[in-house]
Amino acid sequence: MANKKKTPALNTSSTADIAFLLLCYFLMTTTMGSQTGLSRRLPPMPDANAKVEDQKVNRRNIIVVKINSADRLLAGSEAIDVSQLKEKIKEFLSNPADDPTLPEKTLTEIEGYGQYPVSKGVISLQNDRGTSYHAYIAVQNELVKAVDELRDEFARSTYGKAFDRLTEEQQEIAKKAIPQNISEAEPKDVSKR
Amino acid sequence: MSKFGGNSKKEVPQPSSGSLSDIVFMLLFFFMVTTQMRETENKVVVKLPEASQSVKLERKDLASYINIGTPTRQYQAQYGTDARIQLNDSFKTVDDIRDFIAAERESMSEGDRQFMTTVIKADEDVRMGIITDVKQELRRCSALKIMYQARRPAN
Repeated sequence: MANKKKTPALNTSSTADIAFLLLCYFLMTTTMGSQTGLSRRLPPMPDANAKVEDQKVNRRNIIVVKINSADRLLAGSEAIDVSQLKEKIKEFLSNPADDPTLPEKTLTEIEGYGQYPVSKGVISLQNDRGTSYHAYIAVQNELVKAVDELRDEFARSTYGKAFDRLTEEQQEIAKKAIPQNISEAEPKDVSKR
Repeated sequence: MSKFGGNSKKEVPQPSSGSLSDIVFMLLFFFMVTTQMRETENKVVVKLPEASQSVKLERKDLASYINIGTPTRQYQAQYGTDARIQLNDSFKTVDDIRDFIAAERESMSEGDRQFMTTVIKADEDVRMGIITDVKQELRRCSALKIMYQARRPAN
C-alpha cells in the first residue's frame, strides 16, 4: 500500500548550471574557425656538391617581380603599383597577341582535353630582407588572383561554368592548361648597391 | 473586463525550466563539434595579413605551426620587442627549426609524412628577413609544403 505513493520528481534546475559550466569550459579552451592561407611549394635545396648550373630560361619567358625594402614594386622593368600587378601578370601569362617579347607557348597534350597552348611563363618573385610581410603577402595574393582569373576564363570558355563549379577532373585540366609557376627565388642581398 | 476579470486573481503558473538544460546541452555539443582544442599558448602577437585568395587548410592534423611576431607584453622584458620565432610553447631560433620539424615528422604516421604542411603564421609587420631565414631552413629540412597563413578580408 505504501508504494502507491508517487516518487517525487527530481529537481532538474541545476543540470542547466552544470551544462553551462561545461559550455564555458569548452568556450575557453578551444579555438574556432578554420585556418586559411596561401599554399606554396618551396623548391628543394640544391645539392651542395652539385655543380651550380644556370638554368637557361629564355629571357622572354620570365618576369621578375621585385619588392624592395620600402615595399615598392618592380615588375619586369617598370615600377608599378600592386593594383596594376594583376593585369600585368595576366597579360604576361596569356599573351593574347603572341607578342614576341612575352612568353612562348607550347602545344601540350592534356589528358581529357586535347591540345592546348600552355604558356611557358615563369614568375620570379624576389624580395629584400627589409620587405614587410604584408606587402609580400599582398603581392603573392595578386599573383594567385591573376592565375585564378585566367583559370576561370578558361573554364568559362571551355565548359561555360566558373572554375569552382567544375568537376574535379575538369579542374585538373584547367590547372594543367594554366599552370601556376611562381618561383620564390634564392634570397639575394639587394641592399648592397 | 467582465469576461476575463475572474482570471486575474489566479496565479500565473511557474514556467517549466526543465528544457533549459536541453538547450544548453545543445549549445555545448555545437561548440564541442565545431571547435578544436587550443594546443599552444601564443607567446607572440600575430595579426595576420589579409589575402582574398586564401584557401582552406586541408588537413589540420598534418600541420605544424611556426609563429613569428613580437613577444607579448609579459615576455617583452625578457625577449625584447624584436620579432621572434615561437615553436610549440617556447621562443626558439632559426636553428631549432630542424629539430622541431624532425619531431613533428616523427609524430606522424609513415604515410602522412609526405603531406605534412608547415604553416607560417607571421605578423603582418614582420620583416621578410626572418621569414626568408625560416624558409631557407625549411628547404634544408626538405619540408617543402608551406602555407602562409592569412585571413580573408571581411566583405
